[in-house]
Amino acid sequence: MQIYLPIAEVSVNAFLLLGLGGLVGVLSGMFGVGGGFLMTPLLFFIGIPPAVAVATEANQIVASSFSGVLAHLRRKTVDLKMGTVLLVGGLIGAALGVQIFNYLRGLGQVDLLVRLSYVVFLGIIGSLMFVESLRAIRKARAGTPPQRRKHGLVHALPFKTRFRTSGLYISVIPPLLIGVAVGILAAIMGVGGGFIMVPAMIYLLGMPTKVVVGTSLFQIIFVTGFTTLLHATTNFTVDVVLAVLLLIGGVVGAQIGTRIGTRMKAEQLRILLAIMVLAVCGRLALDLLLEPSELYSLGGGGHG
Amino acid sequence: MIRAALLFLLLALPATAEEVVAGLSQNRISITTSFDGSEILVFGAVKREAPIPQDGPLHVIVTVSGPSEPVTVRRKERRFGIWVNTDAVEVDAAPTFYAVATSGPWTEVIRDVEDLRHKVSIPRAIRSVGLGVTGGEDFVEALIRIRTREDRYQLRMGDVQVSEATLFRTSVALPANLTEGDYVARFFLTRDGRVLDLHETVIDVRKVGLERFLFTLAHDQPLVYGLMSLAIAIAAGWGASAAFRFIRF
Repeated sequence: MQIYLPIAEVSVNAFLLLGLGGLVGVLSGMFGVGGGFLMTPLLFFIGIPPAVAVATEANQIVASSFSGVLAHLRRKTVDLKMGTVLLVGGLIGAALGVQIFNYLRGLGQVDLLVRLSYVVFLGIIGSLMFVESLRAIRKARAGTPPQRRKHGLVHALPFKTRFRTSGLYISVIPPLLIGVAVGILAAIMGVGGGFIMVPAMIYLLGMPTKVVVGTSLFQIIFVTGFTTLLHATTNFTVDVVLAVLLLIGGVVGAQIGTRIGTRMKAEQLRILLAIMVLAVCGRLALDLLLEPSELYSLGGGGHG
Repeated sequence: MIRAALLFLLLALPATAEEVVAGLSQNRISITTSFDGSEILVFGAVKREAPIPQDGPLHVIVTVSGPSEPVTVRRKERRFGIWVNTDAVEVDAAPTFYAVATSGPWTEVIRDVEDLRHKVSIPRAIRSVGLGVTGGEDFVEALIRIRTREDRYQLRMGDVQVSEATLFRTSVALPANLTEGDYVARFFLTRDGRVLDLHETVIDVRKVGLERFLFTLAHDQPLVYGLMSLAIAIAAGWGASAAFRFIRF
């Protein structure tokens, strides 16, 4: 069934969009990532104009994250206190990120920057997670008891607070800084930032994996909600029909994904996420390295 | 003086002795939610008061053009091992849709001078003055190539059927990814490559119903639209969550 999108001004298959939404929704619920880093390139591929794809994707992430977070709230796997700290950092970071983005657009080549940052960040995070979770799985097989968390820099800073859900007693400065960093990257790369947030919470803050997913989703809702409003008011590029189709698939997928996620071992979950991140990274890297079949591309007028 | 004017009029008269009368199957295209492209049937006749002249065959050209917009064309080059956009060319105005149908091979239906004057062929329909970069034509060619692949630009030679040197008909397929606006349909009557007569009519392409409502809201009340989008997202997220809890427990 073909459907005409009022803002994107293209006609696409409705079932294709529902399917894409569902697939990305499952991943979102399983791993606590918004799925934007997967969905946005997919939307480009089916012919949605990039500006519309990025803005609408933000709106869709709000829906799937909200659906996911409700499921996690019921399981009490959301650290609201930690989420709020991360969120404050995230909003500051997003505002900063938009400034950086505009500055770089003035210099040109923002397109390349976005792609390169995808490749670099996905590559680093993917390989780190892959190696770490492989080691964890091997250790679990060998039967050695899990190591106690070490006391590092995270525990030496002032403004210590107790995060009861996460079972942590750490300073608020590291989560705040992580929030800012993720917010900046999210604004530049046009995604929720879950794929950076999740590993950062696991490896830098030492939060338990089960809590990480819900908390990340909680924070993503607000950051992407903010982004959606920003896009809607400045660029008029949020396509609500496209968003509705994606999010119908997305919210159902997120529910299924959350249930799959709670049945799986943390190490397995992490290794799967790592493989996925590496696959997307490889795909983007190939685009940069191989000679494209069409050397020319069209863009809207007015900006070089 | 009057005699000279009359003489001039008499001389000029044969040029307009043949006129084109044309119609479209629809003058208005409504873009609804289920819009999936459209086909316009174009038909017409040659009106003349004298017997059919014998100097050269009669040809008909039909063009349909969508609203024009500026376009930036970028070219990639390998730098430090990766492919990056290097040169860019700003094309002043390129139609978002352009279809040309002729009744014969291009060189027979219209002369280059006439093409230049009336901007009939696809490269002429694109306005690209002062491209600045050497090899700017490559960029315009790329623009045409990309849009032709998307069915936005169509050149169909020999697709207009002319019968008895009087009646003609063709059809123009409009793709699904149509931009809103006034589409201009032009009918050229040519003989020996010279344009005898030209007729123009407008096809009104508009979004209607829900499409219209959302488009207007998004541009006039962006904040309301943005909040509405968010509300829908939150409601859908909650709805799915509630529905699943209901199913499971």
